[in-house]
Amino acid sequence: MDGSAQPKRLLWQEAVIEAVHAETPTVKSFRLRPDSWSGFTAGQHVDIRLTAPDGYQAQRSYSIGSAPDQSGTIELAIEALPDGEVSPFFHDVVEVGDRIELRGPIGGHFIWDRPLGGPILLVAGGSGLVPLMSILRHRASVAPDIPAVVVVSARRYDDLIWRDELLRRAKDDPNFRLIVTLTREQAREGLHFGRIGTALLADALAGGPPALTYICGSTPFVEAAADLVLAAGVPFESVRTERYGGAKG
Amino acid sequence: MATRGFFGKRPSEGESDRLPPGQYLTEDFPVLSAGPTPRVDMEKWSFTLKDGVKPVARWTWDEFAKLPHVKLTRDIHCVTKWSKFNTAWSGVMIDDILAEAGIEPPTAFTLAHSFDGYTTNVPTADLVNGKAMIATAYDGKPITPDHGGPARLLVPHLYFWKSAKWVNGLQFTKRDEGGFWELRGYNMYGDPWREQRFTGD
Repeated sequence: MDGSAQPKRLLWQEAVIEAVHAETPTVKSFRLRPDSWSGFTAGQHVDIRLTAPDGYQAQRSYSIGSAPDQSGTIELAIEALPDGEVSPFFHDVVEVGDRIELRGPIGGHFIWDRPLGGPILLVAGGSGLVPLMSILRHRASVAPDIPAVVVVSARRYDDLIWRDELLRRAKDDPNFRLIVTLTREQAREGLHFGRIGTALLADALAGGPPALTYICGSTPFVEAAADLVLAAGVPFESVRTERYGGAKG
Repeated sequence: MATRGFFGKRPSEGESDRLPPGQYLTEDFPVLSAGPTPRVDMEKWSFTLKDGVKPVARWTWDEFAKLPHVKLTRDIHCVTKWSKFNTAWSGVMIDDILAEAGIEPPTAFTLAHSFDGYTTNVPTADLVNGKAMIATAYDGKPITPDHGGPARLLVPHLYFWKSAKWVNGLQFTKRDEGGFWELRGYNMYGDPWREQRFTGD
């Protein structure tokens, strides 16, 4: 049973934008301080609601990338989608001090906390890294003894969100292994080239089978990664997925 | 509150009438599932009706294929905000499944079960009188595994997580028992027009 305690009702509230940071050429991170926030579980998301002057509204879901902490803030990382409605607004319009409506946290399955244990395998395609980063960061602060492997597929080296932090954690944390593959740029030292495949998964599983696997990314990425993980012998029940569908961010 | 600097890309008039609040129109067909896509062996496929714990009717794939199949073309709405218009399904209406089994619905609540262990609850009244089917084809072709094939429940007037993929049975229950997502904060009913996404909406 992995159901997290959900509040009786999720109310819309406002959050103030406290910081904006360009993470990659196409991804910006936003630190939000909701007016009333009582925490979340790593892996959860929030719903954002934007309102035009005439009352027209648009809603989208965005995963939280920060770890649960006492700051009263959350960090979202949003990829700009070319024909999008909400993501271009975040990239081109949103500034520090703006107020944005949201509700959450949401999600009771694609979540991890210490009682669920490990080892954990986190497989990310592109901006699918966001909820997995929350899990990775949370594990580092509450259960650094639990082994974790992150497999992340990015187009290019510069598209790797939170790259410096990932590389630093891989260097400093003896229980964390980082496997990076780039699909549109030749490999650099220590990094792989090409889409994730059998050999890459075998490498990720070399330290032993994970108790829990979390896969997040586009639908084709998640389908391919989940099939590879299952083919490597990981039990079906231990694999949790989140697919980013309807590319209309 | 109006959001500073937001004007939006609104749908055309014809579209907006068919879009429930908070939804946007998509042309592709996104995939949402809690786990990997199961590959269901047709030799082992079966569909079972249960009254509580008691099985009352069961069909193999070949037997199910002989039931009357009809077409149902409807708009569908996913709780993750996308909607898709005119999705063309075919399959067996729940009314015809019950008639074939020779039973009236024994209780007011139903729990749909799937091969991967997924469950979701739907009031029985929302499954009968032409409202829902067990779909076996989409756009004239067998439903692909990522979209729930070989067979999925189709309850198009509720958020799409109610349309259980890889369905293998319907269980009539005395109480309204929450399924997989309903136990994880999602709405017990899920009417997109009343925007019943989460518990208490």
